[in-house]
Amino acid sequence: MVAAALAEAVTHPAAGAALDIEQVSHAFDIDGAELPVLSDVSLSVEPGEFVALLGPSGCGKSTLLRLVAGLDRPRSGTLREDEVRITRPHPSRVVVFQDPTLFPWRTVWDNVALGLEAQGILKSQRQRVDDALDLVGLASFRNAYPHQLSGGMAQRVALARALVNDPKILILDEPLGKLDSLTRITMQAELVSLWQRKGFTTLLVTHDAEEALVLANRVIVFSDRPARVKADIRVDRPYPRHRGDPYLADLRRQILGLLGLDATW
Amino acid sequence: MSTYSLSDGVASGAPRVSRAPVLAGWVRESGGGVLASIAWLAFGLSCLWWEDVGDWSRTHSLGIAAFIVAAIALFGTVGADYLGSAGRGLRKRAPWLVALGAFLTLWEVATAKFAWLPLPFFPPPQSIIEVYTDDLPKLLDSVFASVKLQLGGYLIGATVGFLTGVSIGWSRAVGYWVHPVLRFIGPLPATAWLPIAFFTFPSSWSASTFLIALATGFPVTVLTWSGVASVSNAYYDVARTLGAKPSFLVLNVAIPAALPHVFVGLFMGLGSSFAVLVVAEMIGVKAGLGWYLQWAQGWAAYANMYAALIVMSLLCSGAITLLFSIRDRLLVWQKGTVKW
Repeated sequence: MVAAALAEAVTHPAAGAALDIEQVSHAFDIDGAELPVLSDVSLSVEPGEFVALLGPSGCGKSTLLRLVAGLDRPRSGTLREDEVRITRPHPSRVVVFQDPTLFPWRTVWDNVALGLEAQGILKSQRQRVDDALDLVGLASFRNAYPHQLSGGMAQRVALARALVNDPKILILDEPLGKLDSLTRITMQAELVSLWQRKGFTTLLVTHDAEEALVLANRVIVFSDRPARVKADIRVDRPYPRHRGDPYLADLRRQILGLLGLDATW
Repeated sequence: MSTYSLSDGVASGAPRVSRAPVLAGWVRESGGGVLASIAWLAFGLSCLWWEDVGDWSRTHSLGIAAFIVAAIALFGTVGADYLGSAGRGLRKRAPWLVALGAFLTLWEVATAKFAWLPLPFFPPPQSIIEVYTDDLPKLLDSVFASVKLQLGGYLIGATVGFLTGVSIGWSRAVGYWVHPVLRFIGPLPATAWLPIAFFTFPSSWSASTFLIALATGFPVTVLTWSGVASVSNAYYDVARTLGAKPSFLVLNVAIPAALPHVFVGLFMGLGSSFAVLVVAEMIGVKAGLGWYLQWAQGWAAYANMYAALIVMSLLCSGAITLLFSIRDRLLVWQKGTVKW
């Protein structure tokens, strides 16, 4: 009975958490002048949802992610993970950045083990590191150093490093932005299948409308800086989705219209 | 479709094997060894052929030793194929053996045989050998004293410098207090403290240890500090989102990322601490190679000075080599990211 429950817990360790963003505003001080980046952003994310945040470059999407991760505190407003206020980083909310930022002095295995090591539970849970490497298909590269990996492989390691912590909310800050288009398409499919298997809540910042539509349940469109929620679009299509789907194409046209790019369509 | 080059046809059309290429190959592989052998033979002959102008007891033995080296050079390179890596190493170093043999011959002739260089300032090779055999206990004592002093001071300086550097790089408050002090005292050559150190410290040994530590500590501190300060914030962000506490950030992010800088500091510290060591030994400490040099000069024992200098340079380059091999072990991950 206990064993069965335990096995259940291992296969579905972390269902997603709910995320509530309430009237969050934030600003940077640049040479004494205040630069507002987020203006009264409110957003409520259901557990297990895949939400894409889309907006013009430099609009403050990444700032919002840093607030969700707990790396920075907002000037005003609150963020809550499952009703608990977010004040500092926690391994239940893990970020995958645009650059893999693997530690060059650690092997692939040691990089993936970083979270468990930081939490002091690596000794008893070494198996989780191996499992995470298997999950992204890089088990045979466990002893390689980051400089020996390709860009796509490095980003997969960064993904494994996040997933090994069984996050409740996975925060993706344009993680595929610097990859070539073929690797990008492969990894989009991998992301969806990981999300479906693990059930974590996913927050994806991207500037690619097509990527947002292929991956997410919901696409939030932001205005130019200071970022404000401009539209909240449900993408009600089963996975795997096809890029040529006329429904998605229609949504894409709408979104580009919202971003003021309809003339180029 | 295959492609052919012109030389293929020419080579296959010439079945006759000429002897010249074989000979050329042999000369290329063993020529260096033969030359080295000739050079050392010349050195041996130069020892034995003429009478010494002075009274040195090791001339005969030195000549015999030179002949032995000549024989090793000859058979070692000609028969290198049967000697494995030792043979290959010998072949590679044959040009240096030639140069060394020629230099020794010249030295022998210019000093012991015809005194072209004034004695006793330029002693012949055999008199230096004589120092190594006859004055060995005193020389070994000096080596031991120098190593002890240098090692103690260097380890203290490197440890303190490393810890200070990490603290300044990590903590703003520590930086506020330590940075100006470092600015003010750091650039002062450690030897400038010598007169003060020798009467404020209880013993000349502790004074010298302090000075060596000071000379080591400054570069190690500055480079560790700049290494820690230059670690990208992205690394800290990653570690923090994964649940890292401040102690983890220091030990597992800041320090490993700064380690390449730290080693630059350790190398610089090693260089400047050698200088302090020798000066301290010449002035205050009554032991060590620096003192031996001073003592030898006092007795006009020039052969002893050269002998001590040779030992000193072996020790210094040995220490540098050791530090290099430690770095290579610790920073193995850097291979492939930077050019060494």
